[in-house]
Amino acid sequence: MATQLKIKVNEREWTVAAAPETPLLYVLSNELQLHGPRFGCGLAQCGSCSVLVNGVETRSCVTPVASVQGKAVTTLEGLPAWYAAQKKLPQAPALHPVQQALIDEQAVQCGYCFNGMIIKASELLSKTPQPSEMQIRLAMNGHLCRCGTYPRILKAIQRASKAMTGVAR
Amino acid sequence: MIPRRDFLKTGGALLIGFSFRETLPAQQTRGATAGPPDAKQIDTWLAIHPDNTATVYIGFAELGQGSSTSLLQIAAEELDMEMSQIKTVRLDTNVTPNQGGTYSSASIQRGGPQLRTAAAEARLALLQLASKQLDAPVERLTVSKGVVSVAGSPQRSVNYGQLIGGKLFQLPFTGSAPVKSPAEYNVVGTSVPRNDIPDKVSGRYTYMQHARVPGMLHARVVRPRGQRAYGAGAKVLAVDESSIHGIPGARVLRKGDFLGVAAESEWDAVRAAQQLKVTWDNTPTLPSNAGLYEQMRAAKPTDRVVLERGDVAAARERAAHVVTQGYRGPYQAHAPFAPNCALAEVTADSALVMCSTQDVYGTRNGLARVLGLPVEKIRVQYYEGSGTYGHSCYDDVAQGAALLSQLAAKPVRLQFMRWDEHGWDNYGPAHVGEAMAAADAQGKLVAYEYQGWHHNWSAVETSAQLALGIPATPWNAGAAQQVSPANCGGMYDVPNLRLVNHQIPSNDYLKGGWLRSPLDLSFSFASEQTIDELAYRLEMDAYLFRQRNIKDARWLGVLDAVARAANWTPRRAASNRSDAKVVTGRGIGLGTHLVSYGAAVAEIEVNRETGRVVAKHLYGAMDAGLAVNPGFIENQISGQLVQTASRMFKEEVTFSTTNVTSLDWNSYPILRFEESPEVTAVVVQRLDQRSTGAGEEVMAAAAAAIGNAFFDATGVRMQEYPLTPKRVLAALARG
Repeated sequence: MATQLKIKVNEREWTVAAAPETPLLYVLSNELQLHGPRFGCGLAQCGSCSVLVNGVETRSCVTPVASVQGKAVTTLEGLPAWYAAQKKLPQAPALHPVQQALIDEQAVQCGYCFNGMIIKASELLSKTPQPSEMQIRLAMNGHLCRCGTYPRILKAIQRASKAMTGVAR
Repeated sequence: MIPRRDFLKTGGALLIGFSFRETLPAQQTRGATAGPPDAKQIDTWLAIHPDNTATVYIGFAELGQGSSTSLLQIAAEELDMEMSQIKTVRLDTNVTPNQGGTYSSASIQRGGPQLRTAAAEARLALLQLASKQLDAPVERLTVSKGVVSVAGSPQRSVNYGQLIGGKLFQLPFTGSAPVKSPAEYNVVGTSVPRNDIPDKVSGRYTYMQHARVPGMLHARVVRPRGQRAYGAGAKVLAVDESSIHGIPGARVLRKGDFLGVAAESEWDAVRAAQQLKVTWDNTPTLPSNAGLYEQMRAAKPTDRVVLERGDVAAARERAAHVVTQGYRGPYQAHAPFAPNCALAEVTADSALVMCSTQDVYGTRNGLARVLGLPVEKIRVQYYEGSGTYGHSCYDDVAQGAALLSQLAAKPVRLQFMRWDEHGWDNYGPAHVGEAMAAADAQGKLVAYEYQGWHHNWSAVETSAQLALGIPATPWNAGAAQQVSPANCGGMYDVPNLRLVNHQIPSNDYLKGGWLRSPLDLSFSFASEQTIDELAYRLEMDAYLFRQRNIKDARWLGVLDAVARAANWTPRRAASNRSDAKVVTGRGIGLGTHLVSYGAAVAEIEVNRETGRVVAKHLYGAMDAGLAVNPGFIENQISGQLVQTASRMFKEEVTFSTTNVTSLDWNSYPILRFEESPEVTAVVVQRLDQRSTGAGEEVMAAAAAAIGNAFFDATGVRMQEYPLTPKRVLAALARG
């Protein structure tokens, strides 16, 4: 049965009516009409529905909406602001550096997996600002891409790492 | 007609889509009637707006390949406008022209010339208008950024928007206007960035899966987990509707054996589909993986000699070296990253269907049949989904959504679940190939033969088959379902050649459909390994042997380009083997899909203890004639190489005698980040050649290169892919 739940998404409080066990993804897509997290498998296998919950990459397709009450959910749409808060920037940039790097590398094909790729890469770079190639591959291994854009995503993450740390590598 | 205004009446941000008032201020009537718009009118192809911008109407779908940008480059070039001045609109059977579907890498190949001549003709008409206004002959006019000025007097100028903005050309499209020569190109041939990428990375892009309309129901289909044989369909024996009574919002919708559930809440629909108790006819109808290839070879085929020249048998008799080998390739799935989705509103006499079809007009025909409505009462709009790579379930889901909307008398959004898409795909068909190549003692190819067995694609969508009992029939034969001269020996200068296609009946097998580079990976894996083996027997280097036996300058061009990129140093294959646990190898291969030219080199690692094979570096060279946007082709080559690695190492549809059993990413694994190869993409630019396809033309070459690299590493020929650890260990044990 649907109940009133309060959730915090992209720094905003929402009251939604949903059965508590409803996967967070359906609430984000249908009640909040967000385009970042998206349906891919419903099985936590592919990563297209990923969001950050308290800064940790989480598969929203298998996460009950009730379980994120009291936590901070960040979607692709809120990523630049999340980044600004982390870096204590006076205002949010238009794009997270990972997003900009993906444009610079023209890494995208169909782009459907990029929600998860960007969320995961942002999480990685927040914890490990200068990851090795192997660290990137391992961190990203749970995110699938059907178009085969892995090589360019790898380059883009390396580029974003440089941009964020200001270090020539 | 659908009351479009009502349909679009939005409840705030709920409706995702576009309104014609926003995109076409000048032509509010465009879209009011069923298309296709008349291809012989200039207005069908483009419109000039008062602000001196243009809208170009194209019939090809953006699938992540960049065609919605590169086709605009062609228009911008001929119109002498900047890319920033030109946009396009969503594909829509009421709005955009019918250029045929977006398959066979056709966007630039077929769409480019049409658009180029239409834009050139529009420009000429604009110059004639400007000539009157500026009182100067057309020959003295120049154009830059859509501003026409008189040569030598730049102050005498007028822009396109002032000339015709918001008005129709009302001119026939004759195709007679001269187009630019490649030497004059400023925009074509350059790697401008893609239009769609910024929105795709920011989360602003509207994929099909995002589309919603007010008052709609969420729906799911209910089918057996994994399809049976194509001819058997699925048969409902009993439905227990009480099994979902605990979900008050959900209802069962049924027509024949087509079964679905719908609810206002998406989660209710998902739960209801999982809980609904259905008894299905479970009679075995499939050969299972274990019996597949044997059953295919035992089937009674329809034989066709695709190509024959000289006397193969006599030449083979005289040859110094003869290699005969048999190869097998599995069913593989499109497995789009997002399962297909469609949204339909069907009324008693009309239908609007939004879906991710690669061919809006083809999909409209199928919907007319299923709904029992005339085509002109149906409107199909394209929303990009995830990459489909061919005929995934986009038609099936569109028909399913339309049927459910008809049954519910409400708009219905049907989202396939992962197992629906994986389990009810139109798989790329399995293939058995037997190749023979023969050479004289000097290493000159003297005879070549290829015989291939496979079934055709399926012509009936599952939704239609189950709902209406339409009998399963095969797709009519076409070049892409035949043994392909482009992959089977056609690149070689060989006087005696014979290609035979054995089409087996399709109803006892899985549903088939065109999967990116259809059959080509199997053809090339077989053919190019046979050629490689012949070079090996001759104790010749694989690259030099090919070079010696090719006359065609364009095949030689890609072969040389890839060898250069990979720093290929000649030696006999398998001459660098070692006894180490992990061994390395390199291989070269040629191949394409009907048109264009592809060559690849693979550098791989084989773990002889675990059987794990990893591509370390893949190189691909492609000649697709005039490369309108070389950067996009590089991205295509890169993606094709990685996807080929996935298909050669990981992908195989599994099935028992009753059902397909590969239903998700665990049971149908694809290549992951950790195993992704380094890639090198080489675009062979041919300004003087017409543009041909680039979306799938290096995969066959890469498949062959991988097979040949395995032999180089181990001295063993893999005769069946994917090269899974189990299969590799078995092959190594056989030696």
